[in-house]
Amino acid sequence: MEILVASGIGVLTMVGLYLVLSRHAFPVIIGTTFLSYAVNLFLFVMGRLEIDKAPIITKGVTDYADPLPQALVLTAIVISFGMTALVVVLALRGFLETGTERVEKGEPQRDARKRKAAQP
Amino acid sequence: MSHLIVAPIILPAVVAAFLVLVLRHDLTSQRIVSMASTLVLLAITIWLYVSAAEGAPTPYLLGEWRAPFGIVLVLDRLAATMLLLTALLAVAVLIYAIAGWDHRGQHFHPLFQFQLMGLNGAFLTGDVFNLFVFFEVMLIASYGLMLHGGGARRLRTGFHYIAINLVGSTLFLFAVGLIYAVTGTLNMADLAARVAQIAPGDEAILRVGALLLLLVFALKAALVPLQWWLPSAYAAAPGPVAALFMMMTKVGAYSIVRVYTVVFGADAGALADIAAPWVVPAALATLALGAVGVLASPTLLGMVCFSIVWSMGSLLLALGLFDPVGLSAGLYYLLHSTLSGAALFLLADLVAAQRGRLADRLVPAPRLPHADLLAGLFFVAAIAMTGMPPLSGFLGKLLILDATWRSPLAVTSWVILLGSSLLVIVGFARAGSTLFWKIADRPAEPAEPARSIALPVTVIAGLLGATALLSVFAGPISRELAATAQQTLDIKAYVRAVNPADLALSRGAPQ
Repeated sequence: MEILVASGIGVLTMVGLYLVLSRHAFPVIIGTTFLSYAVNLFLFVMGRLEIDKAPIITKGVTDYADPLPQALVLTAIVISFGMTALVVVLALRGFLETGTERVEKGEPQRDARKRKAAQP
Repeated sequence: MSHLIVAPIILPAVVAAFLVLVLRHDLTSQRIVSMASTLVLLAITIWLYVSAAEGAPTPYLLGEWRAPFGIVLVLDRLAATMLLLTALLAVAVLIYAIAGWDHRGQHFHPLFQFQLMGLNGAFLTGDVFNLFVFFEVMLIASYGLMLHGGGARRLRTGFHYIAINLVGSTLFLFAVGLIYAVTGTLNMADLAARVAQIAPGDEAILRVGALLLLLVFALKAALVPLQWWLPSAYAAAPGPVAALFMMMTKVGAYSIVRVYTVVFGADAGALADIAAPWVVPAALATLALGAVGVLASPTLLGMVCFSIVWSMGSLLLALGLFDPVGLSAGLYYLLHSTLSGAALFLLADLVAAQRGRLADRLVPAPRLPHADLLAGLFFVAAIAMTGMPPLSGFLGKLLILDATWRSPLAVTSWVILLGSSLLVIVGFARAGSTLFWKIADRPAEPAEPARSIALPVTVIAGLLGATALLSVFAGPISRELAATAQQTLDIKAYVRAVNPADLALSRGAPQ
């Protein structure tokens, strides 16, 4: 089971990094989302993968799953959700303002010129 | 213990919520409340500094949960120094912003207060995950502030800025996860004990986590090769916001010092001083690249941004030695570079506003209104930033040279620091000549409606005056900072204060 979870996290991270290096805003946003998924899973398994252990304090039980990574991951989920919402709004606003969602500098001028030239 | 330790976090948070919920439509009231709150914060941080100077680090247990089970804030000399510097800078920046910048967009004052909350929290917390949370508070506020005033350029650069910080936050969480996996704790004082006893089999994972964390802090501190985001982000930010952002790179430097002395310091066993081989070479590279950037920049703001990168190289060259002399020198330079950098950002903003469409491009322009005054301020600010006598930059640089003298990289450090200083001096001299001495022979184009610059000039002069005071009172200040450096490196005292021995004894052997 460990190798499967580790591989899954690795693939998510790899896909996220690839997308983050894109030239367009939308893949960058999706890439950061994948990275968030990867790190959430990563934090969750940092308390070790366990079966047949109690999650909450129970009478007569001495073996417990580690609850702290679950608390950490909840915090991370909330923060990354808020960040993703912000960056989506920013990308939309940027698109409306500049007419392009490409992230490099300098491109908007050329694109704008092409668009003006193409107009009848 | 006094509840004033938590006040630098709670006060801005409450005021920010109040401003956005109750006073959102009344800018005048927002200004009054924001200014009053920041002044109260300054008073609180002065009190905290005085009380921190008296003795051992003071823990503050949130919710009365003992460390390592609860989140703990720790007030010591280093944290108090950073809090005081933040409050001083905040007062200056807020006065400048009230002169006009704050009505060019929504919610400047609430975001400003949230920014202070994040900064103060980062300096006070004694928990690595809580440090992550305060980093995020600080960053979220910085996104809003950076985009204040809008415009296509800001939106584009803002997207870059947010994307790079999202990746940085992800790396932070990966690092935190690795450290927790092998130590079972994220409290810094508890980590100090656990790291020293790490099992050989877990050493590699912990090493990866430690270096990943260093990567995160280096990104925040704009160390080469992670500095490329800073020039464009700070150049696009509004002037007062960029001045406040001077404090954010200092958070990165502070985090490096705190984590790699307390947790991975001299007492950390197999991972002792794990950051030391990396920070100084990276700082030297940062110095070189920052200086080249200063020469290459076609705009005043770009030049100021690269000089910030350069000054971070100087700062981390001293801090990266991880010894009392280097730490003391670094702290003195930190005070200086924060004040002079903020003054330069505000001045660049003021000059750009006077020059119409030319803004801050380094080309001759018709004679500026208030040219003599601005030229004088620029001259003083350039002296401060480049580190020439008689201002505190020179003393700071001298202290750094002295601190690096005994290190293995002494010759390299001296050559790069002095050589890059020459390049920065040339860059600023050329910019000053172009902006203020060369006059284009054509009528002045209409700039923004003429507005009094008395208040902005007063703020800039105040910041530069502070660097002069740093120079005049260098002796007493250096002694204070030497004591701060000693306390910061006294890891046992820190651990003992936060994690009492009786608690440690009551816990079994590490599992």
